[in-house]
Amino acid sequence: MISLNELWFVLIAVLFVGFFFLEGFDFGVGMQSQMLPKDERQRRVMINSIGPFWDANEVWLITGAGAMFAAFPEWYATLFSGFYVPFVFALFGLILRGVAFEYRGKAQTAGWRTTWDLSILIGSFLPPFLLAIVFASFIKGLPIDGDMQMHAAFFGDIVNVYTVLAGLAVVLMCNIHGLLFTALRTFGELQERARRRARTLLLPTGVLLLAFVIMTYFQTDIFKVRGVLLWAIAALGLVAFLLAGYFSKQKRDGWAFAMTGAVLGLSVISVFVGLFPRVMVSSLGEAYNLTITNAASGQYSLKVMTIVALTMLPFVLGYQIWSYFIFHKRLSDKETLEY
Amino acid sequence: MDTVMLSRMQFASTTIFHFFFVPVTIGLSFIIAIMETMYVRSGNEEYKRMAKFWGKLFLVNFAIGVVTGILQEFQFGMNWSDYSRFVGDVFGAPLAVEALLAFFLESTFIGIWIFGWEKVSKKIHLLSIWFVAIGTTLSAFWILAANSFMQHPVGFTINNGRAEMNDFLALITNGQVLVEFPHTVLGAFATGAFLIIGISAIKLLRKQDVSFFQKSFKIAAIVGIISSIGVAFAGHWQAQYLVKTQPMKMAASEGLWGKSGDPAPWTVIANIDPENKTSTHELKIPYALSFLSYSKFSGEVKGMIELQSEYEQKYGPGNYIPPVRTTFWSFRIMIVAGMAMIFITLWAVYLMRRKKFDQPNTRFLRICLSGLVLPPIANTAGWLMTEFGRQPWTVFGLMTTERSVSPNITPGQVLFSLITFNGIYAALFVVLIYLFVKVVKKGPYTVEEESHSTDPYNKKKG
Repeated sequence: MISLNELWFVLIAVLFVGFFFLEGFDFGVGMQSQMLPKDERQRRVMINSIGPFWDANEVWLITGAGAMFAAFPEWYATLFSGFYVPFVFALFGLILRGVAFEYRGKAQTAGWRTTWDLSILIGSFLPPFLLAIVFASFIKGLPIDGDMQMHAAFFGDIVNVYTVLAGLAVVLMCNIHGLLFTALRTFGELQERARRRARTLLLPTGVLLLAFVIMTYFQTDIFKVRGVLLWAIAALGLVAFLLAGYFSKQKRDGWAFAMTGAVLGLSVISVFVGLFPRVMVSSLGEAYNLTITNAASGQYSLKVMTIVALTMLPFVLGYQIWSYFIFHKRLSDKETLEY
Repeated sequence: MDTVMLSRMQFASTTIFHFFFVPVTIGLSFIIAIMETMYVRSGNEEYKRMAKFWGKLFLVNFAIGVVTGILQEFQFGMNWSDYSRFVGDVFGAPLAVEALLAFFLESTFIGIWIFGWEKVSKKIHLLSIWFVAIGTTLSAFWILAANSFMQHPVGFTINNGRAEMNDFLALITNGQVLVEFPHTVLGAFATGAFLIIGISAIKLLRKQDVSFFQKSFKIAAIVGIISSIGVAFAGHWQAQYLVKTQPMKMAASEGLWGKSGDPAPWTVIANIDPENKTSTHELKIPYALSFLSYSKFSGEVKGMIELQSEYEQKYGPGNYIPPVRTTFWSFRIMIVAGMAMIFITLWAVYLMRRKKFDQPNTRFLRICLSGLVLPPIANTAGWLMTEFGRQPWTVFGLMTTERSVSPNITPGQVLFSLITFNGIYAALFVVLIYLFVKVVKKGPYTVEEESHSTDPYNKKKG
């Protein structure tokens, strides 16, 4: 049997995998909706394709943070106060993005649209970029002292070549993921454009990802701690990545989309596997690491939460999958466009 | 200014701004669900148009509620990390449950509701707005359960220098949440109702789409009268609970320095002097404070000076008196706004009963229009009283605000976030008003056609 602490570590990992898989594509659609379409109609179709989903996708992040708070309060406290400035920017992005989707279609002037389009671009870029930086610095290690307080310099500890590389790789990955989603939900010229762009982005993204894996080998201890397992995940990631390229060439958009989602998911998994049983690595010495034991809530709390989570999760997953089923058809020409 | 002060400003501005939108979301989703139920039951398209029209305003409001909610969750970790470390074991659970139980429900079904008009059956569509309404209300319950722990901590033990949960049931049946939840949620229903009443009044004054807005007005007036009277009753229970659990907050909200005397009179207005610990120019209603506190016309209420010395013995030296003026006046502002709401809805229902509503008089409608500002005032004042009145504690009797703040953030960082977020709040507020005016001006008939238009440059009037 695994302990409750381990179970919650896994559950939080699952929530973040879900978040990057799901919100990954709507971040990508958000960014690409500002670069891909050739006219306003195509742009609206793209934004509408994520209309029914993006809000619920974002809740995966909110629930992930909530689960951290409840199961590992020290992790939550160290993380959110330690990354204060990056989180201000990420929140800034999330706020802009949320209202932009809702508001851009509510008035007709060009200036109005341009403002919200810019908000969608910023809001879809900042959160994945910054969250990737946060996750990368988890495994690289941060100056966390004996009181579990993190005193990190913005440039250097948080923003450095390694973490920015992770940020860019994830952002590009989200773009491809979003383009493939667009290909899945539309047809005609827009679909063709999306497919083509997804394929052009694959090569540079692959190079960035590879560079990141190589740097991870030298910059972190995770390959030493979890050698075989991590190599296996990296190999799976490589296979998924290549398959994504193959399927998109074959125009099998569904499979290609699943594969880019797998790459994003595996990236998150590799971070969590590399961390375990730590939740944050201290660069000041092993003794200062936050782990699933010293950062956790009491057993009673974990037990209560486990009961609630395991009872609710099937329903939550059920109606979310159902909502994807309701809106599974490609957007037609006669569609009501909300945004 | 130091980190504590700036973080308090950050918390206050985020919470107040967030709480402009939450009650509207709860109230409107509930009333829209009622309208759509009437549509599904009667088949009358007018009700569908109502759900859609008020739905437009609902969505504009909902968007800001959602995005500021994320901030609300994150700021505990960002600005109050020592608080989060101390109570995360207890406080984190309701927050996590809220996300799992309420946010997923709300966000998934709002998607189905907006985009599903032609994609799912009428009944499923109706079910989705009810799920949204239930989701928002559930969310309120869990967040208030968390807040109630801060007001009146229960279900925990102190272990290794932090609060650990030992009774989840006690946490969610906390006496505090049992009085706070009905008060807040009924207030939210009233908020939604008054939004519809006020906007309908504008349209009726201009004689636009009269039948549509009369119908809307009537539905809202019925929800409004039930909820605004309900709020007053729930508030009365809450006051009684307050006397027992947080007597200092009660004394501060009365500006009561010494003993009240028995029976205790209620101070209507007073000039409060916190430096000399006295109040002058008091206007009092005899017996009323006894009734407010104990539901009978006798009984004494403790004053702040006595409580201060009690607290010093219990918790050690320190100042345990909250900002008295803020607590005192926000309590009164809340009550006056609440009374005005009851008055307006009573008047409305009276007119409806006497069948006089179909030729509404201008004066009445103008008053209804000005009623738009009452709920936000009452809601904000209520929270100011609750949160200011609890100072210097974040968790009553356990942890002070000063100790709760993140020790590793700098005043500069907090100032930066304060400016960033308040800048966004201000901008969003302007945008919201602009969109509200726009939707209302267009009225229910054009709005519907516009959403069906597929040509983005279609400027033809519908």
